[in-house]
Amino acid sequence: MNLGRAMLAVLRRDLQLAYRRWGDVASPLMFFAIVTALFPLALSPRAEDLQAIGPGVLWIGALLAMLLSLNALFRQDLEDGSMELLVIGPQPLPLIMLCKSVGHWLVAGLPLIALAPVLAVTYHLPVDAVLALCATLLLGTPTLSLLGSVGAALTAGVRQSGGLLALLVLPLCLPVLMFGARATALAGDGEDITGPLFLLAAFLVLAVSLVPVTAAAAIRVSLD
Amino acid sequence: MKLPTWFHKLASPPHFYRLAGAMAPWFLWSSVLLIAVGAYGGLVLAPPDYQQGDGFRIIYVHVPSAYLSTLVYAIMATAAGIGLIWRMKLAHAVAAAAAPVGAWFTFLALVTGAIWGKPMWGTYWEWDPRLTSELILLFLYLGYISLRQAYDDPGKADRASAVLALVGVVNLPIIHYSVIWWSSIHQGPTIKKLDAPSITMEMAWPLFTMIIAYTLFFAAMLLQRVRAEVLDRERNARWVAEVVQLPAEGR
Repeated sequence: MNLGRAMLAVLRRDLQLAYRRWGDVASPLMFFAIVTALFPLALSPRAEDLQAIGPGVLWIGALLAMLLSLNALFRQDLEDGSMELLVIGPQPLPLIMLCKSVGHWLVAGLPLIALAPVLAVTYHLPVDAVLALCATLLLGTPTLSLLGSVGAALTAGVRQSGGLLALLVLPLCLPVLMFGARATALAGDGEDITGPLFLLAAFLVLAVSLVPVTAAAAIRVSLD
Repeated sequence: MKLPTWFHKLASPPHFYRLAGAMAPWFLWSSVLLIAVGAYGGLVLAPPDYQQGDGFRIIYVHVPSAYLSTLVYAIMATAAGIGLIWRMKLAHAVAAAAAPVGAWFTFLALVTGAIWGKPMWGTYWEWDPRLTSELILLFLYLGYISLRQAYDDPGKADRASAVLALVGVVNLPIIHYSVIWWSSIHQGPTIKKLDAPSITMEMAWPLFTMIIAYTLFFAAMLLQRVRAEVLDRERNARWVAEVVQLPAEGR
C-alpha cells in the first residue's frame, strides 16, 4: 500500500470510529458549553464584565475540552493491538502520528470552532472579536491537537493518566493559549492582530514539523 | 559515532559508584567553603545598593538558584538524550537523580524572588514573562517526576520521561531571553555582559563565588543521588551486595 493511501486509511478509520460513537464527539462540545456557562453565573452577568473575560474563558474552555478528548486518543488502539500493527508496518510512524493528530483535530477541534461563535455571542463579544476568536482557534487548535498527541502517547500505557496528562500537556500549550486569547481581546478593542496570527501560524508550522517525530518516539516507548 | 573508552567505563555502575563516592566529598566541602566565603562577601563586605539598600542582598541566593534551575534542566535533558540515543542506563539514572534537585532550585528561585519582589516591586507575584516561564519550568520538573512515578517498569519510565525532558527544552531559551524579548518588570541581566557588567566588582565577586559554590553543591548532591539510584537499580547485582555488605539471605 502506498504512503498516501495508508495515511488516508488511518484518518478514515478514526473518523469512522468517531462517527459511529457520537458520544465521544459530543462530550467535549457539551463540556465546552457548560464550562463557559459557569463563568457568567459565578462571576457576573454584566455585559462589560463578560466582554472583558470572554476571550480568555472561551479559549480556556476550548483548551480544556480538547484535553478531555485526548485521554482516549491512543488508548483503544493500544488495547486492541492496532497500534502495534501501525508501528511495525512499513509506513513511517511520524506520518501515521500526524494522521492521528489530524483525525483528533477534525473530531475534537473543528466542532469547537463551530460552537465558539455561538458562545461568544452569549458573552456579548463584538463581531471583530468573534471573527478573531474563530481565526485564532482555527490556527491554534491544530497545534493543541499535535502537542496533546505527545502527552497522550507518553501516558497511553499508564493507569490514572488524566491528571498526569494535564500536567504534561498544559504547560506546553500556554504560548498558544496566551496569543490566542490576547489576540481575541485585542481584536475586540479594534486593534490589528496580524502579528499574533502570524505567531500562531508559526507555532503550527513548528508543531507540524517537530511533534509527529516526538510522538512516534513516545508511542514506541508505550508499546514495548 | 565512536565514544572514547573512559566514557564507556563511566557507564559501568560499580566503577561509577566508586568514582562518584570518591569525588562527592571534594565537591561538597569546596562548596561549603565557597558558600561561607560568598556569604561573608555578600552579606558583610559588599556595600548596600544605592536604590535597594540592604534588600538587594537576597540576590546571593536568588540568582544562583535561578541559574541552577535552568542549568540542571539542561544537564537532565542532556543525560536523558544520551540515555535515549546510546541506551545508556547510567545516563537515565543521572537524569532521574537530577530532577528533584532541579525542582527544588526552581522552587527556591521562585520563593526568594517573591520575598525580594514584595519590598522592591510592591508585589509577591507578577504575571510577567520571566516569572511565568520559571513557573512553567517547575511544572516541567513536576511533570517529569510524576511521569517517572506513573510507570512501574523502570526501563519504560526512563525512556518516556527522557522524551518529555527533551520536549521541555523549548522552555529554556524562553526563560533566558524573556527579559530581553518582552518588556518586563524583572530587571535585565546584570552579570552576563562581561565587557561592561552593570554591577560593581564589590557586589559581583561574592555573586560569582555563590554561583560556583551552588554549582559545586549541586554536583555533590547529584553524585550522591546517582549513587543511591544506581544501588537501587542494581539491587540484585553481586557487587551491590558486596558494597552494602548484606548477608546473602537478607536480600
